[in-house]
Amino acid sequence: MENLFTTVIISRVKRTLLNSFSCVVISLLASGCANLGVDPWERDLLAKKEMALTSSPIDAALDDHIYFSKEASSGGKSFGGGGCGCN
Amino acid sequence: MESSKNMKNSNIKAALTLATTALLGATNTAVAQDEESWAFDSAFLFYSEADRVSAGEAIFNANKTFSDEEILNLKLTIDALTGASANGAVAQPNVQTFTRPSGKGQYQINADETPLDDTFHDTRVQLNAQWTQPVADNLTASVGGHISKEYDYLSLGINGNMAYDFNRKNSTLSFGLSYFNDTFLPEGGIPNSFASMLIGDNELNGWDDAFKQTRLINEDDKTTTDVLLGFTQVINRRMIMQFNYSYSIVDGYLTDPFKVISIVDNNGATQDNVYENRPDERTKQSAYVQTKYHFDSAIVDLSYRYMWDDWKIKSHTIDSRFRFPLADNAYIEPHLRFYQQDAAQFYQPFLNESQPLPEYASADYRIGEMTAYTVGLKYGMTLDKGNELSFRLEYYNQTPTDAGFDEPGVLANIDLYENIQAVIGQVTYSF
Repeated sequence: MENLFTTVIISRVKRTLLNSFSCVVISLLASGCANLGVDPWERDLLAKKEMALTSSPIDAALDDHIYFSKEASSGGKSFGGGGCGCN
Repeated sequence: MESSKNMKNSNIKAALTLATTALLGATNTAVAQDEESWAFDSAFLFYSEADRVSAGEAIFNANKTFSDEEILNLKLTIDALTGASANGAVAQPNVQTFTRPSGKGQYQINADETPLDDTFHDTRVQLNAQWTQPVADNLTASVGGHISKEYDYLSLGINGNMAYDFNRKNSTLSFGLSYFNDTFLPEGGIPNSFASMLIGDNELNGWDDAFKQTRLINEDDKTTTDVLLGFTQVINRRMIMQFNYSYSIVDGYLTDPFKVISIVDNNGATQDNVYENRPDERTKQSAYVQTKYHFDSAIVDLSYRYMWDDWKIKSHTIDSRFRFPLADNAYIEPHLRFYQQDAAQFYQPFLNESQPLPEYASADYRIGEMTAYTVGLKYGMTLDKGNELSFRLEYYNQTPTDAGFDEPGVLANIDLYENIQAVIGQVTYSF
């Protein structure tokens, strides 16, 4: 009985995520992003410092430097180029 | 009360200038705060690998928002590295001798140990400046410069960025360019590709001349040009997503002048160690997607990056952070990162003397096949006057893997793909 319950929950979550993802992709393809988004008075959560896409620029810069020196990939979120003789 | 009014102002300001946070390449631009105010961040990071490299890095960042939404960001970074780094040669069941990069001295490696060169130490100073301002309705521009200097390396860079908001600022399209010019003056000069590493007594007559024969020139340079396209979309009140594509061309001296590759015989015994050689061009591309979702109190940050280049390296990076608020304006943030990369086309752990010398070859495990993961925890708190203090502790594990190379003779009994483990600690104070 419990297994059936969790299976239903998991499949519901999966469906919601899949729906959101498909919606975004389809909207992007149809260039109709106007149906996604919020009105200015609904930005209470999004305006928080913690909700910024890069909420810790210092951590991001330090991590980027570590992974640029130790791995073969860099950038993606921001510019990956040059900088130091560490690679 | 004054402080709550300021907070309300900064929240509205933050909401209206949400686009600024989506600017790419300018991760230094913080969310806009009170007009005409300075915000400072100071951080110190310590990185330490078991038996290998240790590094300390300090950052001081100053950010000022002007009354017309112009933002100036200045950052000073100082780092120091010390310790031992793999020189690319393969381990052997006997003691081995290598020459230091400067040519002035030798070092010995015990049997069955991965050869590490511990002359590796350097101090670096870097300065970044970034200016961001609105240039029209819904259009924001940003320009910046970078200069980095260490004993043997100089890096100069500029970047420029435009961001356009639409759909009531729910969507942002961003386009950025950056250009870096790096000059390298390694100790001992740039070696001839595939020249044998000279072993002997550097005090004897004739050593200096013989060493010079293995050198090509004193310095060389490389340029890096990046193009970055980005799209940010607010999905709903709780969720925002970002999609980026980047294209990067690196041109110039891309070889590591300090690394060698061993030439072994059919019994796995090293016959010679020669300086490695990489192509003088590398074109990289990446696709990146990030989601931030605000639950009732927790926030999740999930991202995926796929990178591919013309060295045939492909990599996957999954990064995730979960922020949980605690009582008294504190928070805890677990961090989990997975990384996997394929080897570069010219990567080989060693060369076999029975095979012809390839055009390019490198035994640098950092362009070999590997998986890595990071597990970390960050704890942050808000102090009186709104200043923030945070601590971060992470564990980084790299597992180089065998990309399908034969291990002849004695090499079958040696660990050619040693695990690397590092501890990372950081303290940040923002005021």
